[in-house]
Amino acid sequence: MSNYIFRLDARRCINCKACEVHCKSSKFLPPGAKLGVLITVRPTQVAKGRRIISAFAPCFHCAKPWCVSVCPTGAMIRREKDGIVYVNKELCVGCKSCIVVCPWHFPQVDETSGKIVKCDYCMDRIDEGLKPACVTACSVHALSFGKPNEDAAKVRDSFGKSTMVNKDWGSTPQD
Amino acid sequence: MNKKIVYNICKMCPAQCPVQVEVENQEAKFVMGNSFASGINGALCPRGAGAISMIRDDERPQFPMIRKGNRGEGKWTKASWKEALDYFAEKIESVRSKHGAKSILWSDGDRSLNELHKAFVSGLGSPNYCNENSAGLSNVSNASFSLFGFGSNHFVYDFLNSKHVVLQARNMFGAIEVKDVNDLLDGLEEGGHLTVIDVRSNITAGKADKFLMIRPGTDYALNLAVIHVIFEEKLYDASKATVFINDLEKLHNFVRPYTPAFAEAETGIIADEIIALAKTLAKAAPAVIWYPGQMAAKYKDSFYVCRTAFIINALLGSIGAKGGVAIAATPEDAGGKGLKKITKLVLKIKENRADGVDWMYPHLEDKGGLLHLAFKAIQTQNPYPIKAYIACGSDPLSSYPDPEAIKKTFENLDFLVSMPYCWSDIAWHSDLILPISPYLESDDILKQVNGLHPSFFIARRCSKSKFDTLPSWQIISEMAKRLNIVPLMFNSIEKIWAYQLQETGVKIEDFDKTGFVGLSKKLIYLKKEDIKFNTPSGKIEIISEKMEKQNIPSLLNYAPKEKQPEGQFRLTIGRCSVHTPVFTRNNDLLHEQMPENKLWLNSTVAEKLKISDEEIVLIKSKNRTGKIKVFLTEFIHPEAVFMVHGFGSGIPPESRTKEIGVADNILMPGGLDIWDVAGGGLALQEHFISISKIV
Repeated sequence: MSNYIFRLDARRCINCKACEVHCKSSKFLPPGAKLGVLITVRPTQVAKGRRIISAFAPCFHCAKPWCVSVCPTGAMIRREKDGIVYVNKELCVGCKSCIVVCPWHFPQVDETSGKIVKCDYCMDRIDEGLKPACVTACSVHALSFGKPNEDAAKVRDSFGKSTMVNKDWGSTPQD
Repeated sequence: MNKKIVYNICKMCPAQCPVQVEVENQEAKFVMGNSFASGINGALCPRGAGAISMIRDDERPQFPMIRKGNRGEGKWTKASWKEALDYFAEKIESVRSKHGAKSILWSDGDRSLNELHKAFVSGLGSPNYCNENSAGLSNVSNASFSLFGFGSNHFVYDFLNSKHVVLQARNMFGAIEVKDVNDLLDGLEEGGHLTVIDVRSNITAGKADKFLMIRPGTDYALNLAVIHVIFEEKLYDASKATVFINDLEKLHNFVRPYTPAFAEAETGIIADEIIALAKTLAKAAPAVIWYPGQMAAKYKDSFYVCRTAFIINALLGSIGAKGGVAIAATPEDAGGKGLKKITKLVLKIKENRADGVDWMYPHLEDKGGLLHLAFKAIQTQNPYPIKAYIACGSDPLSSYPDPEAIKKTFENLDFLVSMPYCWSDIAWHSDLILPISPYLESDDILKQVNGLHPSFFIARRCSKSKFDTLPSWQIISEMAKRLNIVPLMFNSIEKIWAYQLQETGVKIEDFDKTGFVGLSKKLIYLKKEDIKFNTPSGKIEIISEKMEKQNIPSLLNYAPKEKQPEGQFRLTIGRCSVHTPVFTRNNDLLHEQMPENKLWLNSTVAEKLKISDEEIVLIKSKNRTGKIKVFLTEFIHPEAVFMVHGFGSGIPPESRTKEIGVADNILMPGGLDIWDVAGGGLALQEHFISISKIV
């Protein structure tokens, strides 16, 4: 796994596909290749009512990626500092071994160049302190991305403070 | 790296969400929602995400074009802007001198900021400025006008703070206006409730706490029964209500026969559910919103559906309330001044409109007119001939019923002009195409957004133009120069901005940091005492004097919907998240998402017809036919079928639109004549289709 946690809040998701389109647009991908994929089921009766449910599948950025070990040119790379698995376009010869060996077929073919494209968590954006395109622009902020310990710290802090501050105590702690 | 952030306003759909664009070397690289705008915070829907794909696409009008062969034949001469605009001026001048300025019609789509266009039409001397609201919002805005004396654009729906929202025939999470959608989701996370009333389980129904499937065409019966329950169970504050609402007694008497049992028989919704809904809303009042409608051009009584929705809000005290149907505050309410209106630069035209609004139908708001009646005027030359028509960012051949009939009507025009952002049916049919640069390639006039936080927004160009197209402000300016409309001869967008800002105290540099300027530090909820209804009594008027003068009932008796003939299904239409009807059908990223529409059909009904899922069937409405794949689900009312609006094949230069389902509007023969004078809206869902297997 990479150092990041990537999550879809399915209750918030409205199955709109903005994530897929933002991903493709930001990378200028041609039709046919999808890096992040939103998989949706048709209206289904569940306990709470009729729901349209989605799951988002970019790439798992495996700790021991099959795609990296099979790549004959060394184009598929897992970078040490955070575990993102990405393609070096210069070295890729389009043999498609990575697609064959990935259990989920995440790598895609850019049909205009014949080379492989793959979700790289928008590595360029991350290196600028930004988030992946899909997360940044999801139409309802249903996608989240970050470093688990850092993000958890914020949640734990706000939870802790909200439980300490209640009507009985009657005051807000100063930070 | 030459990277910077440029602020603009997305024009991929009517929502016009504020955006921020990462620009490198005069090229837009990434578009996202404005990260500072509340409710947006960076979010942007899939149509917005398709904006860069649109400008990179070669398959859009690349230069001005003058028709060579017959209309619609597709033979064109390429023209320079000088040639095209000289030709425009010459033809317009000829029409004007022969038939008068009033013989010029203009229609605007709602993806544009239209004030400069309105001013131009007045500058020409014509009263005939139209939008496309008669196929959409007219019933809502006129329902509001009849009750409050002002249109529905004076309201803003406070979804974020609402305790209970009712979305009736409104697929909000499908159509996506980013701020509203996020505010509603946030409100629901904070404990708000959502009730959805619709003929099918769409994505909005999928978010509901309670979904009520309704028999298509019977919403008015439901609303009347809800008002009945509010009175009978005393679910409203009578003392408060009488302060703000006139004729409550008349309303009470009128709804007496419309019991929950009556509504159950009409709608199929169980009487107990109707009573429970009214009681639940009353508990949450006044922080409730019974959404009065958006695409309300559905049924012959849709105006009354909107009107009763507003009345329910009024009875529950939500008009002007936090969490309810709040009044959209203006810059003046914040102690400032609004943008100077560009329409003030030209004289208002006193001439009677060709569509009859303001003199034949004085109970209707004037603002956008009724385009289908303007077409009638073209056809009949009554009240006077219309000889020139300019469709700006507007394609009624796709958005209005019966395009064949409309094309026949256009034969009476001497001059048909399109100002398209992308290919459209009407562009292909025109005498002259003046292509507007898509929004990423254009500066635009400043936009004022009234609401809880009144603000001005800027639209700055992000990319240099890929082709020989121009921003609309520049096209108008050039037209104004040739037609001697002096006040609209703007030499730069900066001059327009300076004009608009002149009394506001805001400088153009104030937009640099966030792309907008907020005019108040806090959210503005007007106090009930300060809310001015623009009616003769100053109160909300259940009985509208203007309507009664026209012999149009303010309270219409419910007409039971006839049982549909066997094998006939009511055609219902709507939106989807990845497309703006017609506008995005050839967009390569969005076409890939949804290349065709499908016909939603009840699975039990399909079984009887021996039709399986994904089968291509023949659908027929009178003598109009189409072939479409079916999508079977138990979650659509058996009397209805549904398809997303805006498909059907495109025109020759659009390579991606060969076989893309069916255009719903071709299945509406005679549809231009099915409209309601009460609200001005067409009734687009009063058409029935039959389905048969293709052997």
